[in-house]
Order: sequence, then structure tokens, then C-alpha cells
Amino acid sequence: MNTETLKPKADTATEWPLWEVFVRSKAGLDHKHCGSLHASDAKMAIQLARDVYTRRQEGTSIWVVLSSQIVASDPGDKGAYFDPMEDKVYRHPTFYELPDAVNHM
Amino acid sequence: MYTQSMDTRSKAEIEQDVRAQLRSAQDVQRSETFEARIDAGDFIEAKDWMPEHYRKTLVRQISQHAHSEIVGMLPEGNWISRAPTLKRKAILLAKVQDEGGHGLYLYAAAETLGVSRDQLLEALHSGKAKYSSIFNYPTTTWADLGVIGWLVDGAAIMNQVPLCRCSYAPYARAMIRVCREESFHQRQGYESLLVMMKNGTSAQHEMVQDAVNRWWWPSLMMFGPADKDSPNSEQSIRWGIKRMTNDELRQKFVDATIEQANILGITVPDPMLKWNEQRQHYDFGPIDWAEFWRVVGGEGECNRERLAARVKAWEEGAWVREAALAYTKKQALKSKAA
Repeated sequence: MNTETLKPKADTATEWPLWEVFVRSKAGLDHKHCGSLHASDAKMAIQLARDVYTRRQEGTSIWVVLSSQIVASDPGDKGAYFDPMEDKVYRHPTFYELPDAVNHM
Repeated sequence: MYTQSMDTRSKAEIEQDVRAQLRSAQDVQRSETFEARIDAGDFIEAKDWMPEHYRKTLVRQISQHAHSEIVGMLPEGNWISRAPTLKRKAILLAKVQDEGGHGLYLYAAAETLGVSRDQLLEALHSGKAKYSSIFNYPTTTWADLGVIGWLVDGAAIMNQVPLCRCSYAPYARAMIRVCREESFHQRQGYESLLVMMKNGTSAQHEMVQDAVNRWWWPSLMMFGPADKDSPNSEQSIRWGIKRMTNDELRQKFVDATIEQANILGITVPDPMLKWNEQRQHYDFGPIDWAEFWRVVGGEGECNRERLAARVKAWEEGAWVREAALAYTKKQALKSKAA
């Protein structure tokens, strides 16, 4: 995801800002991140997202958000953050063995 | 479309990167963790630590790929106003629009590595960055467009499918999207040739054969230099940036294509082409690498024209980019004041 972009080295004052694009592929489903693009404002970002990411009816709705507005977890903390859940198997239904008669529970 | 697999940097430059990488004990440890992740088949994301050489190799390869998509719009764009029917024109427009989209996915993937879009374009416009040499050949007849779809996009797909498993995840994701769209490119090209071969006049048959004669060897060159002349290929394969060597992909392409040529009823311009029962592959004649390097080096028939067209489009679009940005700033000021 481009939100994770490092600070560009060159002078980018004349570049259009970067937007992240989320597309809902059909009614009832979540919007899903599908890529990014440069656009001067939100209206243009939506328009370009339609042209770039939904040329074959891949979407029924689009969200765009400025990449600079996204806050992400630090990959350096990945272990400390997510590993504690590894040994908590009792949070899953398959942890519990039940008699066959009620095993569809 | 697609990029050529070639590393134009010198060995000394690369070694310097590798040396600069391993300065501190912390870097050594990070490097070991990185290598272990690669060995485990992990995907690398943009914010993850990566060796400088890995980053540079990716920026070069992805941007080269993006440039190829964008420059690749030009030879085909040449025929939009001359397509023989409305149907073919609509197909061609859709295909050229796809190429533009592919360029955008790839530029975005390259930007995750800490280069700006403007830097990437500047490298293309100044001639510092390369793009696939195939686009420096002219499209002189309508049959060229069919052959480009069949052979050039066919070679591109052969190259791109393994890249969907590239260790750098933003690149892999972009390639999945590209591959999904690319199949139509090859099929429409082949189908347009089929129509000409089945329903066409003898002059049209000759036109198809002539186009194949001109595009066959440049298409084989799209896979990049022979393995023995690609000293950096090995590292790219180790890091999962490439998944198959240039020669392996080239062989795969020849094997798949000859059958398709037979069905079309055309031949490829290679007197040495022959099925090798023992290898279970086609043998084919030597590639003219002098021509390849000449075209890569800027002396192809259309290099100057292609680059000039890109620079012109960029320069003539400058006022639009500036005006749009000025409008956005003005709107922001207005809403603040309100």
C-alpha cells in the first residue's frame, strides 16, 4: 500500500497528492483496498479511480482517501503486537471437543 | 505489456551497494532476518526493512516495466484512427487504455519504494531509464497490431505470470491485476490475425506473414539477454524478484507459440527452428544480440520519436497539472475563509 511510502526525496511540491483507492465490488461486500493514484482533489481522485480500477465493472462504489491521512501499525512491532494471540487457541470453536450428537453446535 | 529483463548497472556499482549495506552489526542482523524471510517464501511489504540493493533492483525493474507500458501505447495508438472497423477501433482503444492503466499500477508500486512519480518520469525523459526495446520498432501495417497482440503481449504474459509471485508484495499485487487484463490483449490480436488468414485475400495473408517476419526476433529479444550474459539474474532469482531465467522463459514462449503459428498457417523466419525430440523443446536459431543492444542503446528505428512523444505530452500537460493544483489550493483557502 502506498500509505507505507517513505518520504520521496525529490521536491514534490508540484506533484498531485497521492490517494488510496477502495472499491466495493458488489452490494453487500466490504470496500477493499485496490491501489493508489495521484489526483489534485477528491473529485478528480474518484473520477480517475473509476477509469483506472473499474474498467471491467469491478466496482459499484469507490472510496478515496489521502494517503497522508492513513495511520498504520509499525511493521517493527509486528511480533509484539500480533504474536500474543498465537497461543490463545481457546478463542476458536474448534478448540472444544463435543460429543458427535451436538458437534454441529 | 512488459519490461525486458536486463540490469544495465555495472558489477562494480552493485558490489558497492552490497558493501555499503553491511556497515553496522544491526544491519547484519536485519540482513539475516530479511534473507530468512525470503528463504521462507515470505512477502516483503513496503515498510519492511530491505537491503539497499534489493530496493534499487526493484525500483529499476518496476519503473522500467512502467515506462514500457506507457511507451507501448504509442505504436498502437498510431492505428486507432486507422482501424479497419468500428469494432476493431473500440477494441484497440480499450487495449491502449489498459496499457496506460498498467503503467499507473506499476508506477504506484515503484513509488512505495521511496521514489517519486516525477523522479521516475524524469529518468525516462532524460533517457536514463530504459523501456522495452520492442517499442522502438515501427507499426507499418494493420497486421502489425494483430502480431503485437499475439507475440508481444504473449511474450509479456509469459514474463509476467511468474512475477505475480514476486517477493515484493506491492509489485506482485500490481502484476496480478495486469495479468488478469492482459489475456484479452493476446486473444484479440490472435483472433484478428485468424480473421485475416481465414477470410482475407492473398495480399492480406502476405501482410500477416510479413508482420510476423518483422516481429518474431524482436519478440524473442523481449526476454532479455541470454542467461550467460545476465550476471545479476542469479541474485534476482535468489531474492524472488525473478522466478525464472530469461532463457527458460524464452524457450517456454517458443514452444507455446509455434503451435499457434501452425494453426494460423504462417511460418516464423527461422530456418533453424526444429522440434527436438530428446529435449522435448523446439531448437531455434541464434538471436542477433548486436541488434538488441543497438536498439536498447538508442539506435532503433523509433527511439527518438517515442521519447520525443513522451516528453512532448509531459511538457504540454504542465499547465493542466499546475492549474488543477492551483484550483485545489484556492478551494481550500475558500473553505477555510467560509
